[in-house]
Amino acid sequence: MQEVEKIVNGKDLFKRPEYQDVLANKKQFESSMLAINPARVAEVQAWTESWDYREKNLAREAITVNPAKACQPLGAVMVALGFEGTMPYVHGSHGCVAYFRSYFTRHFKEPTPCVSDSMTEDAAVFGGLVNMKEGLKNCAAVYKPKMIAVSTTCMAEVIGDDLMAFIIAAKEEDGGQYLPEEYPIPFAHTPSFVGSHITGYDNMMHGIMSQLTEGQKGETKKRINIIPGFETYIGSLRSVKTIVEAFGTDYIMLGDHSDQWDMPAGQYEMFQGGTKLDDARDCINSSATISLQKYATSKTMKMVEKRWKHAGGFSNPVGLKGTDEFVMKLSELTGTEVPQKLKVERGRLVDAMQDSYPYMHGKKFAIWGDPDFLIGAVSFLLEMGAEPTHVLCHNAPKGWEEEMRAMLDTSPAKDSLNVWAEKDLWHMRSLLYTEPVDFMIGNSYGKELMRDTGTPLIYIGFPIFDRHHLHRYSISGYDGALNLLTWITNKVLDQLDEDTKGIATTDYFFDLIR
Amino acid sequence: MGPESLEAKQKAAIEEILKAYPEKAAKNREKHLGVGSPNDENQKTCGDVRSNKKTVPGVMSQRGCAYAGSKGVVWGPVKDMIHISHGPIGCGQYSRAGRRNYYIGVTGVDTFVTMNFSSDFQENNIVFGGDKKLGKCIDEIELLFPLNNGITVQSECPIGLIGDDIGAVAKTKAKEIDKTIVPVNCEGFRGVSQSLGHHIANDTVRDYVFDAKVNVDTSDVIATEYDVAIIGDYNIGGDAWSSRILLEEMGLRVVAQWSGDATLKEMALTPKVKLNLLHCYRSMNYISRHMEKEYGIPWIEYNFFGPSQTIKSLRKIAAFFDESVQKKCEEVIAKYQPMIDAVIAKYKPRLEGKTVMLFVGGLRPRHVIGAYEDLGMEVIGTGYEFAHDDDYKRTKEEIFRSTVIYDDVNEYELEAFVKKLQPDLVASGIKEKYVFQKMGLPYRQMHSWDYSGPYHGYDGFAIFAQDMDLAINSPVWAHSKAPWEQEG
Repeated sequence: MQEVEKIVNGKDLFKRPEYQDVLANKKQFESSMLAINPARVAEVQAWTESWDYREKNLAREAITVNPAKACQPLGAVMVALGFEGTMPYVHGSHGCVAYFRSYFTRHFKEPTPCVSDSMTEDAAVFGGLVNMKEGLKNCAAVYKPKMIAVSTTCMAEVIGDDLMAFIIAAKEEDGGQYLPEEYPIPFAHTPSFVGSHITGYDNMMHGIMSQLTEGQKGETKKRINIIPGFETYIGSLRSVKTIVEAFGTDYIMLGDHSDQWDMPAGQYEMFQGGTKLDDARDCINSSATISLQKYATSKTMKMVEKRWKHAGGFSNPVGLKGTDEFVMKLSELTGTEVPQKLKVERGRLVDAMQDSYPYMHGKKFAIWGDPDFLIGAVSFLLEMGAEPTHVLCHNAPKGWEEEMRAMLDTSPAKDSLNVWAEKDLWHMRSLLYTEPVDFMIGNSYGKELMRDTGTPLIYIGFPIFDRHHLHRYSISGYDGALNLLTWITNKVLDQLDEDTKGIATTDYFFDLIR
Repeated sequence: MGPESLEAKQKAAIEEILKAYPEKAAKNREKHLGVGSPNDENQKTCGDVRSNKKTVPGVMSQRGCAYAGSKGVVWGPVKDMIHISHGPIGCGQYSRAGRRNYYIGVTGVDTFVTMNFSSDFQENNIVFGGDKKLGKCIDEIELLFPLNNGITVQSECPIGLIGDDIGAVAKTKAKEIDKTIVPVNCEGFRGVSQSLGHHIANDTVRDYVFDAKVNVDTSDVIATEYDVAIIGDYNIGGDAWSSRILLEEMGLRVVAQWSGDATLKEMALTPKVKLNLLHCYRSMNYISRHMEKEYGIPWIEYNFFGPSQTIKSLRKIAAFFDESVQKKCEEVIAKYQPMIDAVIAKYKPRLEGKTVMLFVGGLRPRHVIGAYEDLGMEVIGTGYEFAHDDDYKRTKEEIFRSTVIYDDVNEYELEAFVKKLQPDLVASGIKEKYVFQKMGLPYRQMHSWDYSGPYHGYDGFAIFAQDMDLAINSPVWAHSKAPWEQEG
């Protein structure tokens, strides 16, 4: 029974003898094997750690277990929230939108506005035109967004709803009361059964950039567009802007959700910050566009490079080398020498790397996440002399595996470094048991791997539900690389203490100074 | 706040809120908003609100879908079975381990609740059908997770649209591997909310657990006169465990928990119990009614939130049994009373008179009212994401004062209601949480217990009281205003 002066929640409550009795007693009615035959559980558990299991596990062709990817409309919602006063609108079932909102909200600890037009069974039969007409009108009337960015759920995609025709029809029927002719309603088809959340990002970004710039082509301005990609580190967006600003150049960040998902306390405004719509309309007239995430923007950048003929291209400013390349690209595009401020920042990062290298050098890492994140993070591990033993990308697009392999091949340890494209985290479990590493780098889904295999987890990635505020930091630029260095090094040191804290057994190595 | 002024304020708020909508939407939403009066015989439902209707498009409803109701709520917590999210990758990922359905087991070996199994549909599965892939998924599961006691197939939207026959696949494979395989057609577009998913899932329990041969042996459990089942407790944060302990202390034998920490065997044992105890009426009344009709098992609703309701419920349950149980029931009540008195003595002075607005799912919009009132707090607004008329009828019995009732409230309405009625605490879900915290309002998630709990039973109430105090009396809310902004 609870004691009023020391009320405990479930963490300690169920350890008490009266609850242990309850749980033991319950077993007589259970069919789970632990209740029936714990030895058999131990036997199968041991088998799941074996090479035999690994081979069977890696041979899976159909079932995905513990994925490390999500579906297209999630990425589309992120894009929309990066534009001024824009409501993400998902054409389809509202259950999906409840999921997108929960998912982002659990990660950012911030509200995530997004509407759906709540298609149900009749819409599945007759199409979702009626829902779209009403939904756009209601959304415009109630939330008064400056723009509505429409994407789709798989339901709408399977029945083949035509977004462009529906939006035109909605405006026509409304007759300008809520949806005037010029009201921007860009759209993108985002079928969940193609690609992943980064594909949805690409499609929505392409939709907004291509549709808002229609008829806007004018004289080219000396200005750089920056497309961040599916960036879940708010601080990264700010770091990138700081770097670009250091060059004194005019720029537009297309899809800047840094204020939307980092609102100060005091009052609630549904929309904050974001790319100005006028800037978005004019982005076609910039002289260059740099995408920070190649694999999350391939379609968009194809348009920008082939049709808009912008200079720029890709540059992934994660890690020292990635940031150097980004800085040099800016220097080249602006014709400006690298500013002193950045030179100093770089120097400080390198100084820090040289201070901490003994703790990362030669350490084996398993890492998973989105393809572009991995390019940057693995590059940084290599820069520190670490060994990325298992690099796993569930949503690896074409070409990624080869690019990652080539990177790993630059390491002296290359023969023990593995790339795992289109594998999931249950595969990772087998890899960790059979070819163990010192540390894992990944999102919250690594938590069960940490519990099962005992491998310490360094929380870097998306989503992170069970550690606070990491998303507020940067992992991009020199300051972002310093954050990566700090998080990783200190986790190594934490683990060193953990491993040596045995009193009178190992604590000779429990050094005060490291 | 006097009763008249509160009611007037509530009515005015509704009127004001409806003004923002276009005509058709206003007409619709008007029917879902009302002011409930306690035990008002003239009201057909609480506040006379309409419910379980299609959501107005484009308004940021908080509702989920049928898949969420089946996979997320009813089936997902059954721990020794593997639940395949059948279709594209997203649904299973967004719903993974989000509900805190606690269980004991070796995850990935003999239990699987927090994992995500997905058939990860690709374009070719949409075009050519996914039945073949499903069959292969089942084979691979059987190979790699041999201790599973069965599989459920939780359909996502495309399944019902592309003409797949998951029933046929399930039938063939069940025979092949000699295990229970349950095809569930809970596609997200079915119905208007999670609710239809609960119903569909209940029906599949009937068809595939009760009416079919299950692969677990139940013969070792000999029925007794004191057997009961807990129905509609998802063991969120351990709720069913802190409920179970009380039932056992009064001499009952809890044979099954549905479905938090449940196993297939417990479900299969349930048709032999003497009484079904139904906590979440909305999500599991269907199977309870079925067992009543088919096996003659009576069911009663109970409420283990807060001591007033818990005591009432314990006595109601005991009344079904002999004097020995009734006597022990009184002993249980007497045993916990001093602890409860101490909890109330400690927290009531800190919480008395504080007003609360709720918006949750199945049973909590009415069931938790008593727990707040036990602490001297006043619930002035409540509503459900996916309730039906019978829920709103039941709500009438549990409100204490004029209460604004909002069915399927959307983000705009809830925000407006809160601004107008200015409660001291808002208690709802994750999607709404930070909206109100930004405004400097104390907030508790009432789906997940905000990562605390359990809240059921006597031990749970102590945690509930502590958590509400934590939220309302935390110093952090006072920091929102900077010193240079303070008046005077």
